[in-house]
Amino acid sequence: MPKYVVATPDEIQPGERKIVEIGGRSIGIFNIDGEFFAIRNSCPHQGGPLCKGIVTGFLESPTPGTYHYTRKGEILRCPWHSWEFDIKTGQSWWSPDQRRVRKYEVQVESGEDIDASNAERKKGPYVADTFPVTVEQQYVVIEVD
Amino acid sequence: MENTIAKRLKYPVIDCDIHNSVPPGGLSPYLSQRWQDHHKTFGLRGQIGGYYPRALLNAARHDAWPPSGLSPGADLGFMQEQLLNAWDIEYGVLNPLIPVGEQLNLEYSDALASAVNDWQVADWVEPEPRLRASIVLPYENGDLAAAEVHRCGPNPAFVQILLLARTREPLGNRKYWKIYEAAVEYDLPIGIHFGGNQGPITGAGWPSYYIEDHGGMPQAFHTQVISYVCEGVFDHFPTLKVVLIEGGFAWLPPLIWRLDATWEKLRVEIPDLKRKPSEYIRDHFWLSTQPMEEPPKREYFEQMLEQMDMNDKLMFATDYPHWDFDAPDRALPSFLAPELRKKILSDNARNLYAFEKLITDN
Repeated sequence: MPKYVVATPDEIQPGERKIVEIGGRSIGIFNIDGEFFAIRNSCPHQGGPLCKGIVTGFLESPTPGTYHYTRKGEILRCPWHSWEFDIKTGQSWWSPDQRRVRKYEVQVESGEDIDASNAERKKGPYVADTFPVTVEQQYVVIEVD
Repeated sequence: MENTIAKRLKYPVIDCDIHNSVPPGGLSPYLSQRWQDHHKTFGLRGQIGGYYPRALLNAARHDAWPPSGLSPGADLGFMQEQLLNAWDIEYGVLNPLIPVGEQLNLEYSDALASAVNDWQVADWVEPEPRLRASIVLPYENGDLAAAEVHRCGPNPAFVQILLLARTREPLGNRKYWKIYEAAVEYDLPIGIHFGGNQGPITGAGWPSYYIEDHGGMPQAFHTQVISYVCEGVFDHFPTLKVVLIEGGFAWLPPLIWRLDATWEKLRVEIPDLKRKPSEYIRDHFWLSTQPMEEPPKREYFEQMLEQMDMNDKLMFATDYPHWDFDAPDRALPSFLAPELRKKILSDNARNLYAFEKLITDN
C-alpha cells in the first residue's frame, strides 16, 4: 500500500487530532497516549464528518446506580447522530455487527526509512508544502490503498 | 467535497424541515418598544418542567456551530454552505422553533408571532430564494391566530402554518377551527412539528429522560391524528391538509387499523363522521421522513410502506441543524425504487407546497 506522510509527531499531541485529504478521502489521525491511529472521516451510518466529533470514553452501567467510565480518550462520537467508534479499531460500539469504519495503518517512521522520491509523488499538497522530508526528523506516515 | 455529495444525488431534493434561529437582538426590529421591554424584563415564559436537556447543546450537530459564533441555524451564510449548497437543495421549508404559541402572556404570544413571521420574510426568504417560511401563531387563541394567518397568508413567502405537536387541547378541538378556516382560504397546509411543552409530555405523566421525551413523541402525533378524524375537522374543512413533521411514520399503519376497527363498533358516538378513519387519514395527512425509520430488516421497511399506502404523502426532511439530521444522499434506504425515491426526495413536497408562487407572483 502506498504510504503518505501526514504530520510530524509533535504536530499531533496526545488527545489531539489532524484531518487530512489523501486521494480524495478525508482521514483523521488521532494521538492516543503517544500512539497514532487513523480513521476515515465519514460515518458509515449516514456519512457525517466523524473525525470532527468529540473524543470520549465508554460509559457503561452493569446495574442501575453503578457506572463505569472506561477507555477515556479512545472513543470517537459522530457529530451528527452520536454513533460511537473505537478509534483504535474502527469498531462501533452501539451495534458492532453492523457498523465499522475503515481504519488505516499508521506508524511513525524515521525520515531515513521513507523513500523520498515516492513520498514526493504520493503525498497531498498540504503535507508536502508544510513538512518537507528530512532525514533528521521522524514523521507520522499513513498507509492507504 | 460538497460538489461530490450533490453529484451523487440523482434527483432534486426539497427539505421540508429546516430550523433557523434568531441571533441576539434579531427580533428587535420587528417588535414594538413595549414588547422589546417586556422581552428584556420577562423573557420567554411558557409552562415549566417539560424541557429535558437535549443531549447535545442546542440539540444541534456538533459541526453546525457557525464560525461566526452565532447559534446553529442563526447564520444564513453558514446554512447555505453546510446544507443548501452542499446538497444542492431545490427548496427548503423553514420551521423556526421559537415557542411563540406557548407563551403564557397571550398578548406577547401574538406580538412575538408577528415579529417572527416578519423576521423570516426579511432576514431569510428575501435574501435566499430557495427558502420558504412557515407562519407561526399564538395558536392557543383562535381569533388572534386567525388574524395572523390573514395578515401573512397573502404573502407567497409563506407555504404553511406551523404548530407544535403537544398543544393544550387536541388539535381537532373547535377552539382551533378558526385557524383551519383561514388556512383553507389561502390553501396553506397545517404543519405539526415535533415538540411542545404544555402539560405532561407522555400519555402517562412525566418521564425521567430526554430519550423518553424523544422516543415517545409519536404519542402526541397519535393524539392529533385521532382528534382531527373524530372531531370531524375534515368534514368541515374538506380541503384541509395536515403535515406531520419529525414524528416518524412507522407507527401510523397500526393506528389506522385500530381506529377503523374501533369506529365500526363505536360509530354511534360520532355519527357525523361520513367516512372510515383510514380514508380521512390517507387523504388529508402528509408525513416528513426524518428521523428516518431504521428497522433491522429491509423487508420490514418495505412492508411498512405497503401498510401505509401513502407513497404520495411521504416527504424528505433533514431537520438541519439538529443532531438527528438526515443526510439527503444517505438517509433513504438504498433499495428504494427510483420512482419512489424521487417522489419522497422532492415530487411530493413540490406537489403539496406552493413554492413557485413567490416566483410567479413577482
